[in-house]
Amino acid sequence: MSVKKKFDVFEHELVPKHILLTREEAKVILKKLGIYPWQLPWIRASDPAARALGARPGDVIMIIRKSPTAGISIVYRYVIPG
Amino acid sequence: MSQVVTPVAEVPLKKIKGIKFGILSPDIIRKMSVTQIVTADTYDEDGMPIRSGLMDRRLGSIEPGVRCETCGNTMAHCPGHFGHIELARPVIHVLFVKHIYNILRATCRECGRLLLPPEEIERYKRRLERLKKHWRLLAQKLCDQILKRASKVTVCPHCNAPQYKIKLEKPYTFYEEREGGALVRLYPTDIRSRLEKVPDDDLRLLGYDPEVARPEWMVLTVLPVPPTCVRPSITLESGIRSEDDLTHKLVDIIRTNQKLKENLESGAPQNIIDDLWSLLQYHIATYFDNELPGAPQAKHRSQRPLKTLAQRLKGKEGRFRGNLSGKRVDFSARTVISPDPNLSINEVGVPIDVAKILTVPERVTEYNIEELRELVIRGPDQYPGANYVIRPDGRRIDLRYVKDRHALAQQLGPGWIVERHLRDGDIVLFNRQPSLHRMSMMGHIVRVLPGRTFRLHLCVCPPYNADFDGDEMNLHVPQTEEARAEARLLCLVQEHILSPRYGGPIIGATQDYITGAYLLTRKDTLLTKEQVCKLLAAAKYVGDLPEPAFLKPKELWTGKQLVSLFLPKDIFFEMKAAVCNKCAECRKEDCPFDSYIKIVKGEMVCGVLDKNAIGAQKPENLLHRITLEYGTDVGRDFIDRVFRMFLRYLDYRGFTMGLDSLDVPSEAYEELKKLYDEAEAQIRKLIEEYRAGKLEALPGYTIEETLEARITEILEVVRTKATEMAGKYLDVFTSEAMIMAKSGARANILNIAQMCLCLGPQTVRGERIKRGYRNRTLPVFEPGDIGAAARGFVFSCLKKGLKPYEFFFHAASGRDGLVDTAVRTAQSGYMQRRLINALQDVYVAYDGTVRTSDGSIVQFRYGEDGTDPSRSYHGKSVDLNYVVSKVLG
Repeated sequence: MSVKKKFDVFEHELVPKHILLTREEAKVILKKLGIYPWQLPWIRASDPAARALGARPGDVIMIIRKSPTAGISIVYRYVIPG
Repeated sequence: MSQVVTPVAEVPLKKIKGIKFGILSPDIIRKMSVTQIVTADTYDEDGMPIRSGLMDRRLGSIEPGVRCETCGNTMAHCPGHFGHIELARPVIHVLFVKHIYNILRATCRECGRLLLPPEEIERYKRRLERLKKHWRLLAQKLCDQILKRASKVTVCPHCNAPQYKIKLEKPYTFYEEREGGALVRLYPTDIRSRLEKVPDDDLRLLGYDPEVARPEWMVLTVLPVPPTCVRPSITLESGIRSEDDLTHKLVDIIRTNQKLKENLESGAPQNIIDDLWSLLQYHIATYFDNELPGAPQAKHRSQRPLKTLAQRLKGKEGRFRGNLSGKRVDFSARTVISPDPNLSINEVGVPIDVAKILTVPERVTEYNIEELRELVIRGPDQYPGANYVIRPDGRRIDLRYVKDRHALAQQLGPGWIVERHLRDGDIVLFNRQPSLHRMSMMGHIVRVLPGRTFRLHLCVCPPYNADFDGDEMNLHVPQTEEARAEARLLCLVQEHILSPRYGGPIIGATQDYITGAYLLTRKDTLLTKEQVCKLLAAAKYVGDLPEPAFLKPKELWTGKQLVSLFLPKDIFFEMKAAVCNKCAECRKEDCPFDSYIKIVKGEMVCGVLDKNAIGAQKPENLLHRITLEYGTDVGRDFIDRVFRMFLRYLDYRGFTMGLDSLDVPSEAYEELKKLYDEAEAQIRKLIEEYRAGKLEALPGYTIEETLEARITEILEVVRTKATEMAGKYLDVFTSEAMIMAKSGARANILNIAQMCLCLGPQTVRGERIKRGYRNRTLPVFEPGDIGAAARGFVFSCLKKGLKPYEFFFHAASGRDGLVDTAVRTAQSGYMQRRLINALQDVYVAYDGTVRTSDGSIVQFRYGEDGTDPSRSYHGKSVDLNYVVSKVLG
């Protein structure tokens, strides 16, 4: 029986680092931006990256990207159902 | 202008929490109606409105002096009142057919329930409830899903009734497909009774709010009649009354309705009733929208299609785009533009006739009262005068009709406002369509001038994309202190020298300025004292002359010295000029062509100024550096002064391009002929190979494509070689054309080669010309000839003249280019519109995030790095090279 290797999206170089934030961490960020969670850009729970993190609707994901102009750029996504 | 007199405290204030759209129910229509309309006529013989006719006085007053019979107000204050028509038979509201169709398909034809099993309905209900709380946008998606699923069911899970397929025949006829494909028409009455059966709870699952939008209301039984002020009749000069299109349509509706009613009462045969019924349906449908696909347009007697409700709102001239998003404005002017190099880039020349009509409101204070009195005395006809005076009580006095202006001037005092003529130094907004970027509307300072055109500095042509072949521009006069301050501080031309589009100057030298700058700063330009003085006077230079560069045999100055006078004293700058030959190894300061610009401590050491250094739309150049480092005032001043000097030098020196600047020795033509013959031989060989089937196809291409690509390539080489030859046989010392091409003022070397050597390959849609007759482009060629000349290669040059067939190819290629530009502008214009609509209220918040109007985040930091390209070194916050060179000196 062959061992089925699970495909890891984060191994690909074009996929930036995703971090699942805890409720507390998310709260701090929302407070800093002065917004409700739904005012963040959305990501679907079925998104491969969100699924790999095991994110549930209502969570907030932090994405750390490389940027040619800014070095690194940090963005947040609000997980929605679907 | 009427003034609001109610004190603020007495006005009851309400806060709008939300807006909800619904469908008018028959009850509401009847309730808001002031009368039922039964008569199709409007006025009787005496010209009086007929009671319960379409122009009933109770629908609102539209004649001046007549009081409204409903509310008692005069024309100015009566808001208008709705009437209604009781329809003899229900008809479908065309704008809702889609919804009717969806609901019919998703619900049972017998019991009206949603076609899903009760458990599932229950489950969906819970899910929808949850989504509605947190994910409003997702709720709509779920409804679409429910609709899709319910539409597929063939047997009702509630009453086991078989469901038939519903067919919608555009625009408004429904059929039911029974067993065996028999089509049975569903009349609006059937549809209405089916829709009535659908329970409220099931409707919620489909995304409707039954409180405000019951589906049976989508089938009309009562039609509201809009107030007369919505469809005013106009009296022509000849005294003939002409009715609005909507009134005409309503007349049709009432007539048909009346006829249908009579026939129903007298028990006419079914087919007559059906005909009248569908006619009524047609009239009501076109009353809402007269551009329905599948229905003939309702036309006027003159064959002009009627403008009905939808047409009033839709499109460019519709209510939204024409009257709400865009309006006609006062305090504006429009005329043809023409150039004036003696203005500052900040200025605009305004014709005196325009300045006498546009006004600026100026408050009377004790400091300006004498001045304003004089303006009032001079009145509207003498130039620096005034057109209106506004008294402290808000009354506006038109100075055209004031008999004794002296007396009025004496009455002036603090609290009065004088609307005085536009004069020098006022700030205005100047605009040229299409307004594609923010530099399409900039603030200018007025210069009142004789003549009938707006005058502008040539350097502001690039941001407006203006030329003087008949272009017209608009001018707006800001009317409040705040607007004027914004215009001066934010919109003024000098604040836009650097464009945020590519982080470089969009205002800079073009055409003659570049030629002038190049010639003035060239090494061989030496100026006598007289010339220097004249040039510096053109630049309004005040100060001492610099030390002359030559003392013997007489005092001579270089052009570089003159330019240096205007450079900031501590500037360092280095770059390659446009005339640069692009040598393999740059010798920098030792460049034999003087094309390496170096400025040390505000002194031009070497190099010439040309397109790269001072041109518009060239990033990282001298203007960029000056404006960025020393501020927009210095940048504007540099452009104003130095550029005027460049033009003056060009005037003194003289600059004419004649045929002789395209003279090439006869060897050149021999060389070119040889080149062409060789190319032709190569092509012949290729064709032979192809005919013999020996040609190898390039990867990804067919053999024909390969042949074509190879031939194009060979001909392209001929053109490149010709361009090189032009560069070889002509130089900047003998050919004015070359001066312009090399310095970047106008045209390029390829264009010169096209004029004096060989026009080269002509293309239509990016390919060699192949259309025309069967197997050949023109009858002068053999059928099947696919050689150079037969497919649009022009060997002649423009100077010698083209052969007839060459001329034809050139024209074909030119027309193709023209069509291409027209199509491109149309496409990009529409794309721009869509983008602007989507992005119009996105803004950069104070914390650096980019947000939409409700505060949702689009970007967490503007452009990821939070940098304004127009205030940075090409996106970088510091330019290390520059800092280093400045420190090292």
